[in-house]
Amino acid sequence: MRDFLRAYPAEAKLLAVLVLLVAGLSVASPEFLTLVNITSLVNNNAVNLIWAVGLLVVLIAGGIDISFAVAASVVQYLAVTALLGMGGGGWAVGIALAMAFGIGLGLVNAALIHGFRIISIVVTISTFNAFFGLLMFFTSGKSIYSLPDWLSRPIYLWELQTEIGWADIRLPVAVMAVCLLATWFLIRRTTTGRQLYAFGDNPEGARRAGINIWLMQAIAFGWCGMMAGIAGLMQAHITKEVVPNALIGRELDVLAAVVLGGARLGGGRGSVLGCVLGVALVAVAQNGLNLLGVSPYAFKMVVGIIILAAISASNIDLAAMLAPKRRDRE
Amino acid sequence: MMDRIRQAFGPEVPGLLGFLLLVVAVFGVTAPNFLTAANLGSIAYQLPELGILTLAMLIPIISGGFNLAIIYTANMAGLTLAFVLMQFGGVDAGAGAFLLGTVLALAVGALSGAAMGAVIAYIGAHPILVSLAMMIFLRGLGEFLTKGGDISGFPQYVAVLGHGSLLGIPVPLVLFGLCALAWHVLLTRTRHGFAARMIGSNLRATTYSGVHTKRTLVLIYTLSGVMCAVAGILMLSRFNSVRVGHGEALLLVTVLACFLGGVDPFGGFGRVVPVVIALVVLQVLSSGLNLLGANQHLSTAVWGLFLVGVMILRWGAGRWKERQRGRS
Amino acid sequence: MTDEPRAIRFSNMSKVFGGVKALQDVAFDVGQGEVHCLAGENGCGKSTLIKIITGVYQPEAGAGMELFGERLAAITPNVARQKGIAVIWQDLALFPEMTVAENIAFETMLGNRPRLVDYGALRARAEAALARLEVSLDLDARLGTLPIAARQVVAIARALVSDARLIFMDEPTASLTQAETDALLAVVRTLSARGVAVVFVSHRLAEVLEISSRVTVLRDGRLVGVYPTEGMTQARLTELMTGKTFDSHVMARDTSADPVVLEVEGLSRRGEFSDVSFVLRRGEVLGLTGLIGAGRTELAHVLFGMAAPERGTVRLEGREVRFASNREAVAAGVAYVSEDRLALGLIQPQSISDNAVLSVLRRITGASGLMSPRRQEDLVAHWVRELAVKIGRPGDAVSTLSGGNQQRVVLAKWLATEPKVLILDCPTVGVDVGARAGIFRIVRELAAQGLAILLISDEVSEVHVNADRVLHMAGGRIAGEYDPRRTSLADLEAAVYA
Repeated sequence: MRDFLRAYPAEAKLLAVLVLLVAGLSVASPEFLTLVNITSLVNNNAVNLIWAVGLLVVLIAGGIDISFAVAASVVQYLAVTALLGMGGGGWAVGIALAMAFGIGLGLVNAALIHGFRIISIVVTISTFNAFFGLLMFFTSGKSIYSLPDWLSRPIYLWELQTEIGWADIRLPVAVMAVCLLATWFLIRRTTTGRQLYAFGDNPEGARRAGINIWLMQAIAFGWCGMMAGIAGLMQAHITKEVVPNALIGRELDVLAAVVLGGARLGGGRGSVLGCVLGVALVAVAQNGLNLLGVSPYAFKMVVGIIILAAISASNIDLAAMLAPKRRDRE
Repeated sequence: MMDRIRQAFGPEVPGLLGFLLLVVAVFGVTAPNFLTAANLGSIAYQLPELGILTLAMLIPIISGGFNLAIIYTANMAGLTLAFVLMQFGGVDAGAGAFLLGTVLALAVGALSGAAMGAVIAYIGAHPILVSLAMMIFLRGLGEFLTKGGDISGFPQYVAVLGHGSLLGIPVPLVLFGLCALAWHVLLTRTRHGFAARMIGSNLRATTYSGVHTKRTLVLIYTLSGVMCAVAGILMLSRFNSVRVGHGEALLLVTVLACFLGGVDPFGGFGRVVPVVIALVVLQVLSSGLNLLGANQHLSTAVWGLFLVGVMILRWGAGRWKERQRGRS
Repeated sequence: MTDEPRAIRFSNMSKVFGGVKALQDVAFDVGQGEVHCLAGENGCGKSTLIKIITGVYQPEAGAGMELFGERLAAITPNVARQKGIAVIWQDLALFPEMTVAENIAFETMLGNRPRLVDYGALRARAEAALARLEVSLDLDARLGTLPIAARQVVAIARALVSDARLIFMDEPTASLTQAETDALLAVVRTLSARGVAVVFVSHRLAEVLEISSRVTVLRDGRLVGVYPTEGMTQARLTELMTGKTFDSHVMARDTSADPVVLEVEGLSRRGEFSDVSFVLRRGEVLGLTGLIGAGRTELAHVLFGMAAPERGTVRLEGREVRFASNREAVAAGVAYVSEDRLALGLIQPQSISDNAVLSVLRRITGASGLMSPRRQEDLVAHWVRELAVKIGRPGDAVSTLSGGNQQRVVLAKWLATEPKVLILDCPTVGVDVGARAGIFRIVRELAAQGLAILLISDEVSEVHVNADRVLHMAGGRIAGEYDPRRTSLADLEAAVYA
């Protein structure tokens, strides 16, 4: 327990807040702690979490990616068009295509960042505009409604009838679990993952130690692109359609959740657990407010306040407040 | 001459002007209606909205931060004005109501900016996160107040602001010119502008030099919020309606325009004049493409590619200069 | 012994950057297990030399390169590492977010092909490396939470993990306290006894002479010579490095009759310093010396309004002052030159001109509320002339200046506020030996004009020569007051380093 607190201070704080929130909501709303509600929460946030762990890897490596949600739209469109072109395909081909296209778009970012020494926020804002503009231009903003059969058919991995309805876990949750595990494995268990942390933490030190910088950028943005692609395909699977401008705008919400989970803008810090907690906090808060009968318009506002409060809290050092006042920043 | 321009307005200006001439020349030849009064007029009416929003983004970036809440701050300010007008009879609302609404709208913008600035300065949270949270909050608040719909039906004279002209110059362009001038003076000739640049490069060293950096930060975001409010009022007048989410797509374009105008992404450096020229380039690009039959989306893509291209050219120029220095 | 190959034997090393000869026909050799010192002013070619030996730069044709007896045609960073050459840079190049174990055994995580991290083996290697240094550290602590001295040890342990047989240490003691420095020197002796050669690059001449057996001196990219440290004095070494002789007679005067400007009584702040009392007079240079961690900088911060004292009073020209911020201190006539010029003293990327006027923005603001570029130009020109700052154009970034000239810009910035009290916190850190004299000449002139100056320094000889009186601070208290005219440098050093 102490080790956990020491290794993951931000995550521990967030977990405490989440536990309190869940406890409060369980008391306030009888529907909250039901299987139906919990499973639907998980189903509804699978895509966000896949994006979140992709973005996490980029943040750990000291970059930022604004373009991933738009990249997911591009991948959706490309993958589905290709699948329709080849007469349908199947899950294996679909996932492989989504991953490949996603990695491709991620590598575009990485190549621009590394090749021309442009910082990632400038590059990804450019590619954000370029990806989206080109997608809308070439598709004329038209949606695809006739997806291959296998893609639009929901797949239930587990279901249970309860008194208030069906509780189920669907395919995207399993995919999400795999993505989470893979990301955890990459960043915690492999030497490459530790190099990513080191690179984000101290790029100059990493360079001097002999870490291949181009490889780091390629892995970080390639991974983020791959996750974006997978998430895009899952989104198409869930909504049974491909709408080119459906995902734009989601990038900032995901970014907020990931940073809430302890990842640091600037690199070197962040964990998969934190991502899960960050996404969960936002999702549970929204869900809870919804169950409590708060207007859906109002709870978005409350989510903003919660995020603001959380980042403020994580910046206030309680220990420093108890010590004699020091106006170091004054 | 060139040196004088560089010194007064920034080293990016000659290059950007060159780009502008090139773009104008290419479209002048390829698009038949490009160099007509009507087209130039429409550019003049479209530019100010993006322009004023970009100004709102500019000073936070110079101070080493970001303001991702600009669009929704503008929306909220527009909404404030719309509410006041509705309260005083909608289409029949008098000039007094408009004045009151404008003052309140500016106050709302200032307030949202000040709140962000205070959290950034006094708590030390990252500006991207603070403004992101503020953006999510304002979006929710706006949608809550309007239930996702839009408000329209304003007095006739409000349209003058968005569509009228003054001595042949479009009113929005006059407004933008005034705002840009104010920002130019702010950044080059006032203590707060000076401090904003210093804070952007090194907050702590600026504090050590006896500058009230916290107050300056609050002021930077407050001014950014006020500029958002100006944009919100202009948008109300141009669309003759207010809807939360209007102009959403412009958020990252304003960042793009700043970078294109040579603003340092890390803060500390940035000038108004090159940013204005960058805005003109973007608008001309979009208008020219439009005349050639492309839609707004292609323009968006071209903007993105254009920024990448310019960054690559700057990189190349940097390498070339280094090599020259190596030789001499 | 003579059969044993030298760790490094390089000859005829030259390096040209864009026409500038950074290094000219330099030879460098170090024996195995030797502690060697590389001395010279900034820009003398020290870092170029290190970068050639570690394969970062390639020398011009004609250089002879030999590592541990093997002649090499070219050296890449990888070859250097395989041969056992390691560098501990001044910034350490460590990873503050990672654990101590990961930092030490970082080597094991390198390579482009992904492998599994074996945290057990990692810890074992880290532990073994620390054991060789006879030091123990918490392997799971996040590096960023450790004091600088411990990080220094981690950096050395990291070099050992990669089987280093020769370690370059770039200014390793720059930010260490005396006790920490002693511990580091002990580690270096341990290394040397185990046959690992250490090359020290240091500005602190005293410790250089203490630890190393030979010293190689460079000046302007050329080799001045290689000398045994036995019998070498600091003064002689300074002469060799700068090519000039320095007059170092004590400048102290009797100031006891001058009016008191600053009076400090019983000043305390928990955990930093306690019961500090002294007076500072008009036209006086009051030296404040002591080891790092004695509470000197913390005291300066309180006097400058950056922190509030818990007890005690400060009187400025007889009136009690309680500053709520450093802005109030500046307004009252207190100026503070920070010890950390890079991070706190100047805004490095911004222009010389803007840095110089940052503290007096109001003064260059006209009646209209707008700043006047004319006044700014005039003010900057005035101080550039007054302090003889060597600059290109006032619009150039301040980072383009040498350390000595940067420090003059800092002085200009503060003198422009027309202070009554000037606090100088280690004003010669990162300033070349040759340029230091110029800084102190300015300090003496300012004092002669009536400014009261508190000169903080951890180089005892500096305050001994330049101050009128010297306070010795230790463990957060004033431990003694000395008159440089009556106390010899040796006695003062003995008191401080006791």
